[in-house]
Amino acid sequence: MTDIFQSTQPIYSQLADRINRKILRGELKPGDKLPSVRDLALQVNVNPNTVQRTYRELEGMEIVESKRGQGTFVTENQEILNTMRERLKQDEISQFVKGMHEMGYTDEEIEAGLQHFLHNQKGDQA
Amino acid sequence: MIQLNNVTKKYLSKVALRDVNLELEKGKIIGLVGENGSGKSTTLKLIAGLTQPSKGSVTVNGEVATRRIASHVSYLSELDEYYGFYNVGQTIDFFASQFEDFNREKAEEVRAFMKLDRNAKLKHLSKGNRGRLKIVLTLAREVPVILMDEPLSGLDPMVRDSIVKGLISFIDLEKQLVLITTHEIRELEMVLDEVIAIKEGDIIGHHNVEQLRIENGLGIVEWMTKVYE
Repeated sequence: MTDIFQSTQPIYSQLADRINRKILRGELKPGDKLPSVRDLALQVNVNPNTVQRTYRELEGMEIVESKRGQGTFVTENQEILNTMRERLKQDEISQFVKGMHEMGYTDEEIEAGLQHFLHNQKGDQA
Repeated sequence: MIQLNNVTKKYLSKVALRDVNLELEKGKIIGLVGENGSGKSTTLKLIAGLTQPSKGSVTVNGEVATRRIASHVSYLSELDEYYGFYNVGQTIDFFASQFEDFNREKAEEVRAFMKLDRNAKLKHLSKGNRGRLKIVLTLAREVPVILMDEPLSGLDPMVRDSIVKGLISFIDLEKQLVLITTHEIRELEMVLDEVIAIKEGDIIGHHNVEQLRIENGLGIVEWMTKVYE
């Protein structure tokens, strides 16, 4: 995870986003321990205070929980993880659709285009 | 933790700082940015007690910043002025003998992190490794205030990266405040909590960096471009 953040967007939320994606991909599983604040700060070259804020934010959303003296863990509550999965999907789709609308595509064109794209992609993999 | 009250600093007739008010809290890494000659180094020297204000007052932990404030403040100077005939280990030992708060164990830890050889003679060190050694000596002191004047200046990207990582690893944000002057904003902006812009002796802005991003969608560079207009 040594990569560049967008300097004009809050770093703590970009980092939270990244952790969420890792959970979705299964790189972080329910019950897994997250790196310590200092270790994660070092991995991504950001201020430890920022990582602290990311963990607080995720804790507020109950995606992670901190156990006293042990560290921060991914929640084992599947319902919360499902909700997050659904929410991130909606976010991503609405971004995409917004972009398409801005360029003047109709809903029908978007739907047809998406189906066509996914179909072709399947063909490539086969 | 650090307070500047109506501070003016003149060198002969030249005004370096004009009626500056500043309050800095512990637990933060703060960047002081501005053009050459804008008053950045003067601000650091005033806090380090190396120079006195012409008007106003500078306090650190409630104490007036005189030469004796050195017991609260670790100051990394822009210059490097160490003894060339010493090796790295001897330099660390010398610093340990000069400062009661110098933590030898931590110095060793930072030295190893920076991959510096204890036996290397200072006069044979590359500029980058001298830069790294300065970081070792500055961070090994257990003091509430760490001041760094241009710690990345003139160093190559690998060295700059190791210095930034050294800061992240070894600063104790429960207890310490770090104030850094820099031109290398891109390298440091992800580790700064606050940024202060200074222009011709005036402070023209002081912000929490994440707040700038949240409220204005601005990074430090974009913000500076705006306030300097």
